[in-house]
Amino acid sequence: MKQPMDRDVMAMRVAREFQDGDVVNLGIGIPTLASNYIPEGRRVTFHSESGVLGYGGVLDDGEGDIDLINAGGQFVAPLPGMSVFSSADAFAMIRGRHIAVAVLGAFQVSERGDLANWMLPGRGIGNVGGAMDLAAGARRIIVVMEHVTKDGQPRLVRRCTYPLTGLRCVDLVVTDLAVIAVTPQGMELRETAPGYSAADIQAMTEARLTVAKDVREVEL
Amino acid sequence: MATDRSAARKVFDSFARAVADIPDGAVMMIDGFGGPGGMPSFLIAALRDQGARNLTVIGNTAGLPGFGAKAGQEFITTAVLYENRQVRKTIASFPVPRSPSVMTPFRKAWQAGEVELEVAPQGTLAERIRAGGAGIAAFYTPTSAGTDLAQGKETREFGGRLHVLEHALTADYAFIRAHRADTMGNLTYRGTSRNFNPAMATAARVTIAEVDEIVPAGEIDPEAVVTPGIYVRRIVQRPGAGQ
Repeated sequence: MKQPMDRDVMAMRVAREFQDGDVVNLGIGIPTLASNYIPEGRRVTFHSESGVLGYGGVLDDGEGDIDLINAGGQFVAPLPGMSVFSSADAFAMIRGRHIAVAVLGAFQVSERGDLANWMLPGRGIGNVGGAMDLAAGARRIIVVMEHVTKDGQPRLVRRCTYPLTGLRCVDLVVTDLAVIAVTPQGMELRETAPGYSAADIQAMTEARLTVAKDVREVEL
Repeated sequence: MATDRSAARKVFDSFARAVADIPDGAVMMIDGFGGPGGMPSFLIAALRDQGARNLTVIGNTAGLPGFGAKAGQEFITTAVLYENRQVRKTIASFPVPRSPSVMTPFRKAWQAGEVELEVAPQGTLAERIRAGGAGIAAFYTPTSAGTDLAQGKETREFGGRLHVLEHALTADYAFIRAHRADTMGNLTYRGTSRNFNPAMATAARVTIAEVDEIVPAGEIDPEAVVTPGIYVRRIVQRPGAGQ
């Protein structure tokens, strides 16, 4: 039985990448969900471009404070040891390589790790926000996205056709079908969703995949 | 006393008076990450009423409805300046709502060709403002190297990595939203509402702060001051808040 990963399972798989002590920046959407699944025993500190380090979970309207938001405009909980700072400082942390991991959504990732996630071609206007700063500055970039577009077009491509966010910056891609590492030799298929063969994944991927010796079903 | 004269010069009793001298064509820095926290809404409304035109507005967004706000919470953003056709040019990192179907006054003005837009990466925008206030003409950053946003910009390799030359930004006026001010113009902020405020406060010829509360000099612990008063020319207290 082929079983794609749902949003929560993808978030859970992403969270397994966080190491004890990591400072992590989460993009909007599935990346933010990853904060719900920090592996037992690991202490992870969350950073947001809005100017806060060490915040807690997302709060609803009733509990939220307009003076404590993440970069997606959601209210977040204060935690002991939290700090706040200006935008210039928030991005000095990013550009200065102080962020261990950034988790981002994407439209396309190329086989050499180029990232396209800020603008759809032809729209003429885009929101870059902090994406290019994160792509350039975070020590490790994990992309989480659907494996193909709504029309079934591959998002893992040989060369990005959408406007680029950063060059050769993506380290790992988690999709609903697979976990793929970007290595100096190109993309390597490491894990598959239940029921999918390496050939199934390659058939839905424009980028050329090598298959890891120990390729296996995704482990959570 | 120097202190008293300085205080008398800085504290304004109305938002209208604080923005009265802003001329047509002024370059404005207007704070706000996007939500109501950190948004100098009373100053923005006063500028709308004052009517200066052909403005350049530098800010993170160009007005995002509902962002960072409670359900149904109304708040004034720079959107009102687009609605009132006062803006000629915008420099922003996140100009429009995520969904292309959400129409905003900025999007409408941009689609009509009435406003020129420069999109800048958020960290580059913050640093260009910081540099402007610190007397740094330009700087090299790896952000945006190899992308469309680096087109036409000088590049140079450092340590084998491509960097982009980004130029500092300064303004004629900055609108700041702080929590407390003392009469010297020293400012503190609340939480993530600090965002672009401290950098913008340094980068404008005239910085105007909208605050919850104005207290006598000495009531803010010098160790707690985030924006020293040297950067702040005018202070106005929001109605219904503080003392």
